[in-house]
Amino acid sequence: MSAVPQNERFHSNRTPSTWRRVLSPTGNTGDAIFRVLMFLVALLMVGIVVAMVIALSADSLLSIRQFGFAFLRSQQWDPVKGEFGALPFIYGTVASSLIALLISVPFSLGIAIFLVEQAPHYISRPVGFLVELLAAIPSVVYGLWGIFVLAPFLRNYIEPALASVLGWLPLFKGTITGIGLLTGGIILAIMVTPIISAVVRDVLAAVPGSQREAALALGATKWEMIRVVLVNGAPGIAGAVILGLGRALGETMAVTMVIGNRPQISLSLFEPSYTIASAIANEFTEATGDLYLSALVELGLILFLVTFVVNGIARVLVWNVTRKTGGVGRAA
Amino acid sequence: MSVPKKGFQLLASVCALVALVVSLACNPGGGAGGPGGTVSLHGAGATFPNPLYQKWLSEYEKLQPNIRIDYQSIGSGGGVKQLKEQTIDFGASDPPMKDEDLKSAPGEILHIPTVLGAVVVTYNLSGVNQTLKFSPDVVADIFLGKIKKWNDPRIAADNAGVTLPANDITVVHRSDGSGTSAVFTDYLSKVSAEWKEKVGSGTSPSWPVGLGGKGNEGVTGQVKATPNTIGYVELAYAIQNKLPVAHVKNAAGNFIEPSIDSVTAAAAASAANTPEDLRVSITNAAGAQVYPIASYTYVLVYKDQKDAAKGKAIVDFLWWAIHDGENYAKPLLYAPLPADIVRRAEVKINSVTSGGKPLRSS
Repeated sequence: MSAVPQNERFHSNRTPSTWRRVLSPTGNTGDAIFRVLMFLVALLMVGIVVAMVIALSADSLLSIRQFGFAFLRSQQWDPVKGEFGALPFIYGTVASSLIALLISVPFSLGIAIFLVEQAPHYISRPVGFLVELLAAIPSVVYGLWGIFVLAPFLRNYIEPALASVLGWLPLFKGTITGIGLLTGGIILAIMVTPIISAVVRDVLAAVPGSQREAALALGATKWEMIRVVLVNGAPGIAGAVILGLGRALGETMAVTMVIGNRPQISLSLFEPSYTIASAIANEFTEATGDLYLSALVELGLILFLVTFVVNGIARVLVWNVTRKTGGVGRAA
Repeated sequence: MSVPKKGFQLLASVCALVALVVSLACNPGGGAGGPGGTVSLHGAGATFPNPLYQKWLSEYEKLQPNIRIDYQSIGSGGGVKQLKEQTIDFGASDPPMKDEDLKSAPGEILHIPTVLGAVVVTYNLSGVNQTLKFSPDVVADIFLGKIKKWNDPRIAADNAGVTLPANDITVVHRSDGSGTSAVFTDYLSKVSAEWKEKVGSGTSPSWPVGLGGKGNEGVTGQVKATPNTIGYVELAYAIQNKLPVAHVKNAAGNFIEPSIDSVTAAAAASAANTPEDLRVSITNAAGAQVYPIASYTYVLVYKDQKDAAKGKAIVDFLWWAIHDGENYAKPLLYAPLPADIVRRAEVKINSVTSGGKPLRSS
C-alpha cells in the first residue's frame, strides 16, 4: 500500500474525494479497480507463501519440540522405533540436484547456442519444438522410462565403465545395480535440460543483433562473438539455471522410481539415496502416529528452506556475475 | 463514463460469482436426507482392497439406488486418521488399529474384516527355472543382509537339485509406507528374533539392506529389470503379472504355494484363537496347508452411529459385503473370509447402534 500515497501526491489537487484519490491517481475509476484487483492478486501470492510456512511450522511443532536441531543432524530414520533425522534426505536432495545441473547446464547451453547462433531455420524450428516437447512429458513417464530403459543401460554399460576407469575414486565404488544417486541425478538432468535450454534460447535470441555485428566488425571470430553474446545474456542464463534447479529440487515421482529410496549418506554415486520430496510422497499416506506425521511435515518445511537457501545462493552468484561482467558486455 | 461502468459491471459479476462459490462451498451438502431420501456415505482408507471395494460400490448401487457410497483409497494410515477426526463415515485399514489409536478415538470403533490378502516373495534369478523354496529364517536373514549370495548353503538346503548362481543378492523392498510391508515385517518378526529386535514391524520399517521401489509396481519393476534380486509384493499383483513366486515353509513345516485357498486356510486355521474384537495377526498361522504370510483387511466403523439413516445404510452395506459381496472376491484375486469369521463379523455388524437402538434388526 505504501506506493499509493506517493503517486497520489502528484494529483492531489485534481480529485476532490480522499478515497477516490487513494484508489485512482489518474481520476479513472476503471484504473482504480484494476489497480486494487492487481494488488490483491499480488498480495494473495505472498499470503499463500506465508500461510504455507505457518501451516508447515504448526504441524511440525511436535517433531521440532521432540528432536530440536538434532533433526537436521541425525541420520536415523526409523518410523518403527520413532527416531527421525533429516540429514540423509537433505543430502540426497542437494546431491541429486547438483549432479543434474552439472550434466544439464553444458548440454543446455550447447543446445541453445546451436539453435540461436548456428542452426539454419529449417533445423532450429523443429529441434526447438522437440526440446520444448520434452518439458511437457509427465514425470511419471520419465520414471518408468528410467526403471525400464535408463537403469539397465547404466547398469550394463555406463556404470561398469566408470567403475573400471575411475573406480579408485570413492565416488564410483560399490555394487552396480543401475539404481541409485547417479541414476536419479541423470534422470533429473534429462528433465531439466529442456527447461534450461528453452529459456537460454530465448535469452540469447533477445541479445541485440547489433552486439553480434559490432563484435564481428571488430574482427572477432564466431566463437569470440558467441562469448560476447553469452556474457550479455549471463543474468538470463543464470535465471534459467535457477529455474531448472527449482524443478530438480522439488521433482518427486521420477526420482523416487530410480534413486533407490534408502535414507543413507554414501560417497558412492552407485549407492541408493533418498530425496525429501520422495520421502514425503512415499510415506505420507501410511504415516501412522502423530510424531511420524509431524516429522514428515517438518521434512516439508526443510525442503521449503533448502529451496529458499539454494535459490538465495544462486541469486547472490548471479548478482556477482552480472556486476562483474556488466562492463564487459557494454564494452563489447 | 462507459469504461468505469463496465468496470463496475465486471466487478459486480465477479463478486456475484465469488459469493455463489462461497455459498456452495459452505453449504453442508452430502448429509443424510438429501433429495428423494438419498443417503450418501463417504469412506476412505487402505489401497490394497480398493479394486474390490469399488466393485462392491458399483454392484451395491444397482441394488440400492438410494444409497450413494464413495471410497477414497488414501492409505490405511489416512483412513484411520480421518475416521478419528470423523470426517468420513467409515474407514478401512489393512493392519488392525493400535490400542492407543482406539483409546484416543472419540468413540468405540469396530473392526469388520472384509477379505484377506497375502504377501509373496518374488525374485529374478537368471538360469533358474524351478520354483524356489524358502524357510522362514532364510527369508529373514536375506532381508537382514546376513545371507549375501544366492548360492548360500542355507538357500541350497531348501532347494535341492537347483543350481544356484554365485551372485550377490539384491534386496528390493517397498519405499512407500504400506500395509504390504506391515504384513511382511509382522511375519518376519514372528519367525526371527533378530528381525524383531533390530527392525520390528510397521508400514515403513528401517530396512537393513536393499533398494526401495514405490508401490507393488515399483518393486516389480526393479525386480524384473535387475538380475539377482528378491522382493515381496501382494499375491493378487503377483498373479496378475505372472511373477515367479517362492513357496514358503509354514509353521507345520510344509512348503506352501501362495494361493487364494491357502490364504483362506490361514484365516480358518486361526479362527479359534481370534480375539473377540477380531483384531488379529494371522501370519505364521498353524495348520498343514496354510500359507504363512497372510492378513485380514478391515472396514472400521463407530459402534454408535450419530445419524441413524447413515448408520443403517452402513450396516446394511457391510452385511451385504460379507455375504453376497464375498462372491466378487475370488475373481479379483482376494481371498474370501472363512465361514467362521463371517459369523463373527455378523455379530459385530449387529452390535452397531444409533442412540442406543440396534440398527440392523430394525
